[in-house]
Amino acid sequence: MDKKVTLVLGVIGADVHAVGIKILDYAISNAGFNVINLGVMVSQEEFINAAVESAADAILVSSLYGHGEIDCRGLREKCDEAGLTDIKLYVGGNIVVGKSDFAEVKETFVKMGYDRVYPPGTSPETCIRDLKIDFDL
Amino acid sequence: MNILLTADFGSTFTKVSAVDIDNKKIVGVAKSFTTIETNVCEGFDNALKELYAICGKIKFSKKFASSSAAGGLKMISCGLVPDLTAKASKMAASSAGAKVLKTYSYELSEHELEEIFVLKPDIILLSGGIDGGNKDVIVENAKKLASIDSNFSVIVAGNKTVSGKIAEILEKSGKKAIVTENVMPEFNKLNILPAKEKIRDLFIENIIEAKGLSDIQKLMDREIVPTPLSVYEACEILEKEIGTLMAYDVGGATTDVYSMAAGTPTMLNVVIKGLPEPFAKRSVEGDIGVRYSISSLLEEAGADNISRNISVSVKEIINWVETCKKTPETLPKTETEKKIDEELASQAVLISANRHCGFFESYYTPVGETFMQTGKDLSDVKYIIGAGGSVINAENPKKILEKALFSPLDFSILKPKSAKMLLDKKNIFAAMGLLSREHPKTAVKIMQDEFLELGNDS
Ligand code: B12
Repeated sequence: MDKKVTLVLGVIGADVHAVGIKILDYAISNAGFNVINLGVMVSQEEFINAAVESAADAILVSSLYGHGEIDCRGLREKCDEAGLTDIKLYVGGNIVVGKSDFAEVKETFVKMGYDRVYPPGTSPETCIRDLKIDFDL
Repeated sequence: MNILLTADFGSTFTKVSAVDIDNKKIVGVAKSFTTIETNVCEGFDNALKELYAICGKIKFSKKFASSSAAGGLKMISCGLVPDLTAKASKMAASSAGAKVLKTYSYELSEHELEEIFVLKPDIILLSGGIDGGNKDVIVENAKKLASIDSNFSVIVAGNKTVSGKIAEILEKSGKKAIVTENVMPEFNKLNILPAKEKIRDLFIENIIEAKGLSDIQKLMDREIVPTPLSVYEACEILEKEIGTLMAYDVGGATTDVYSMAAGTPTMLNVVIKGLPEPFAKRSVEGDIGVRYSISSLLEEAGADNISRNISVSVKEIINWVETCKKTPETLPKTETEKKIDEELASQAVLISANRHCGFFESYYTPVGETFMQTGKDLSDVKYIIGAGGSVINAENPKKILEKALFSPLDFSILKPKSAKMLLDKKNIFAAMGLLSREHPKTAVKIMQDEFLELGNDS
């Protein structure tokens, strides 16, 4: 890869599920991306601060514990406010409670300004493939 | 005999001490008014005369000096995000012994540029963006700083990709620009030593002369160091011997806080947030002091609050504050004045402790309570050392220093739970820092002997 794409990764809200993003970090870094891993219990402000300092190209939000919808709301607006107007937002994990119809869930998150919304159990490879498409690699 | 001289040029007093290196003890201490406005050597000679009067004429083997005269080392730090590079650059400047007048984040505004012009800093530490990260803001800020008609130097410690370009912009405007490593090369990774070194170099090359200390420099056997840096080094060396410690130096213009401790969590289920802080940390509160900064201290502490705590009327408190502002040399005489002075010192310790120490927030999750810690957890720190006129001359210094301890009133602030209290009664902290570079063992021994332990009765 000639241009280095920088991604900010973290588990949003009061969520402590630490395993998934370790695997994501490992796989995405190996694929040649520059990953800033903020770990668990990350607030929207922390995502934005990290993205501003690093001039990140995308924020990857993980949410496992079922409160994803509340935690993720408003992130796009805060990005706009912070001048991160071109940044891509991805979200994945178990972003809502139970087995709701994923098409509906996806629509909700797209309306909230997320560019890519993933169902439970999405493999890192799927995400890497999309990153390459989105950043013309 | 191997007798060494240390001199500290303070804003008000020039303090000298003679140290017997072989016997590891202080032979004598003396002080006189600092005469930086006329010729700083006068005050130094007067202090020396005082010293000779106490212990006879001495031939010194070496002479070392520190200085906080002429406003100290005045710095401004700039970064991008307040909690990230702006904070990192403030930490770098503080650890170099500077008085950090202001810390700015994001793109500088017109108003902030005017402020910089008025504040007349000696050095500006310019950072912003991790390496390979944001570069627009730091470049923009360099252009804006270049436009200020003032002759400060700039240390460039931001995104390395644009460091050269920034130096060029600044140099074109006739400002000295020194490029060094980023204060935050990778996200959340603090790298303050290179900037600290450059600040020290600049202090030696430019600032000493600009502050009118060249003649003193010629008399000394080593470069003059900023006084707070000397105290910092004394704290570092003492910690190695006695264990974790904090020190509070309540001055007329600022309150300086030092912590020598890792600050790792003492509670269970803790997730660490924010910038990792250094083992040896100094913070300086420019708005908290008991003479020059007394108005802002009073504002922060609240006159009503102070009046309630010590049963003195608000009017009497305001009178004292006005007196101190007009004549900063004033010492408290009446019982009431002493009470107010002590209470103000207590408030200075309380406010600066709450700003220096880390804090936690708790979250209730279905698996139980989880904590998020920001900054250093100093709960287990073993010693608290008090310094500065209002503390060491107080009738009850222990009461002042107890404000640095954990309190149920602000239970989320991670202050020491129980610590032994020590007092720098003879005002030798900075001198011991000067000594520590060449005679660490002697410096430690003297501090252990001279620092007064505050027992339960005092
Ligand atoms: C281990 C575990 C825990 C551990 C976590 C330990 C730790 N520190 O990591 C503990 C016991 C603490 C825990 C607590 C809770 N848990 Co739990 N936990 C699990 C469990 C069993 C495994 C999670 C895991 O590590 N999976 C392995 C990793 C590799 O997979 P992953 O996390 O799904 O991540 C992968 C993908 O999803 C994807 N991915 C994830 N994020 C993103 C983001 C993007 C952008 C992309 C592209 C991809 C992606 O990539 C990852 C790598 O392949 C799951 C059930 C399960 N089998 O998944 C429940 C589960 C996640 N927990 C659940 C719940 C409800 C909880 C609790 C709220 C309550 C409870 N019953 O204890 C608490 C919440 C605590 C909190 N504040 O966060 C539910 C969530 C339900 C929902 N969302 O509808 C689950 C699904 C169990 C269930 N079926 O009910 N849990």
